[in-house]
Amino acid sequence: MPVTTMAGRPIQVNDEGFLTDADEWDEALGAELAAAIGITLTDEHWKAIRFLREDFAEQGETATLRRVSTRGEIPVKRLFELFPQKPTKKMAYVAGLPKPRGCV
Amino acid sequence: MTRQLLVLGAGTAGTMIANKLRHRLDAGAWEITVVDRDDLHPYQPGYLFLPFGIYTPDQIHRPRHAQLADGVRFVEAEVERVDAEAHRVSLTDGRLLDYDYLVIASGTTPRPDQTPGMLGSQWRRSIFDFYTFEGANALATALQGFDHGRLVVHITEMPIKCPVAPLEFTFLADAWLHERGVRDRVELVFVTPLPGAFTKPVAAEHLGSMLEERKILLEPDFMIERIDDEAKTLVSYDEREIPFDLLVTIPLNMGADFVERSGLGDELNYVPVNKHTLQSKAHADIFAVGDASDIPTSKAGSVAHFSVEIFVDNFLELIAGKPMTGSFDGHANCFIESGDHKGLLIDFNYDTEPLTGSYPLPLAGPMALLKETRRNHLGKLAFRWIYWNVLLPGRPLPLPAHMSMAGKHAVTAATKEE
Ligand SMILES: Cc1cc2nc3c(=O)[nH]c(=O)nc-3n(C[C@H](O)[C@H](O)[C@H](O)COP(=O)(O)OP(=O)(O)OC[C@H]3O[C@@H](n4cnc5c(N)ncnc54)[C@H](O)[C@@H]3O)c2cc1C
Repeated sequence: MPVTTMAGRPIQVNDEGFLTDADEWDEALGAELAAAIGITLTDEHWKAIRFLREDFAEQGETATLRRVSTRGEIPVKRLFELFPQKPTKKMAYVAGLPKPRGCV
Repeated sequence: MTRQLLVLGAGTAGTMIANKLRHRLDAGAWEITVVDRDDLHPYQPGYLFLPFGIYTPDQIHRPRHAQLADGVRFVEAEVERVDAEAHRVSLTDGRLLDYDYLVIASGTTPRPDQTPGMLGSQWRRSIFDFYTFEGANALATALQGFDHGRLVVHITEMPIKCPVAPLEFTFLADAWLHERGVRDRVELVFVTPLPGAFTKPVAAEHLGSMLEERKILLEPDFMIERIDDEAKTLVSYDEREIPFDLLVTIPLNMGADFVERSGLGDELNYVPVNKHTLQSKAHADIFAVGDASDIPTSKAGSVAHFSVEIFVDNFLELIAGKPMTGSFDGHANCFIESGDHKGLLIDFNYDTEPLTGSYPLPLAGPMALLKETRRNHLGKLAFRWIYWNVLLPGRPLPLPAHMSMAGKHAVTAATKEE
């Protein structure tokens, strides 16, 4: 597993740059991950990210786009504006979580 | 006192469970009741063939009650709600059914009402689904009159039942248009919210190149927001537009509304369960089997079949006061029609994606995996007979419930699933 330095400390990531240990994440790191993909986090972004973190702690899985929109109460349209093109993937990346499981 | 096993849904999973357990539970000690809203059991895989006139409508349906073993009580009614605290189910006609154990086997249903514009002016005029009997029949009529233009096949959102069916429909449409001599006048487009033709890398690559060979355009990563029915256009959340002359869509699939009303569902009304035992995470006396659960494998009849085998043995242990020792591995096994009397076979589980190689099928001999053969097509057709005569009655089919690596070509770490 590659190790990279972010927020002033070594962080374990996979080939795509996703954190492999969700516990290494904190909000400072979240802001840095967002900056790395060209996103400046606003309160609305944080609402989504915090929902993802809390939901992951309860469910052990990264929430799908639908779940963020229905349970996290942010319309899908808005999520596409906040995290352009690939909101599911980008939110998981910033929140330091695995990509949601590919649906089978 | 007799104990009550109550099964909600007399489809593939519910029927198999009732029949298998009826033979293994003492009739004096256990009553088995199955509820469904109607008495017409459809062979759903047949819906794929209806639009092309391969099956006739009367080959699809049989009475539900006739598929149930003697000694199973069939109640024809709509389920209103489960009261998990009171161990009681209410029906919309006001009747109440108490249970000791409850199996939710109410499947999943296409919901065109969930996408704005889908049920608008073009529904069943130029917009069709084939996941219902009515939809598949209406599409058969529409296809008869279709000889040029853009035919768009579209998946709204995953998960859907039988996730390979949209691809199969596309391959069959391509072959059918060729047969009628109009393929070069039709633009065929496959639109999916997934990043490729299928979910897992090895299968996605194989199936993707099959689309390419057939000159079928692939539009990946398309998350639909609405249909503009006047302009006959699909519009995505990121404002891409896909025009169509004929749209064949798989609407959003959702679990039953009573699951949601009863507080037992997730955001798509699927019941969260332990993926190895199918026991509800919230209530130890409730199980969800078949498409109704949230297990991370395909929603398919084959999954229902393999998981029922595990469930039944576990259930007998549970009521004997023993720990449940069976563990379902997510095993799925699906034939994929590819047109011109050929088909592919895929076999996978929670941990192993569909791979190439061969599948050691008892009696019929090895079947090729992820490869188009005539034998796989015949396997698919034979399945209808097996469904009615072996699977539903709960007779043993000589297929192991767990997936096996025998015959499969493993992939190296570099090509492992994403
Ligand atoms: C076009 C198509 C092709 C397919 N092809 C294949 C294939 O090739 N291979 C394969 O393995 N699988 C295939 N499948 C999938 C397969 O049919 C399903 O996965 C399987 O039937 C699931 O079984 P189930 O018992 O979970 O649900 P179902 O068989 O759908 O049964 C659910 C039952 O619950 C009842 N119900 C729901 N809500 C209520 C309520 N409120 N009150 C009363 N009753 C209710 C319904 O009436 C229904 O009878 C296909 C499906 C489709 C649509």
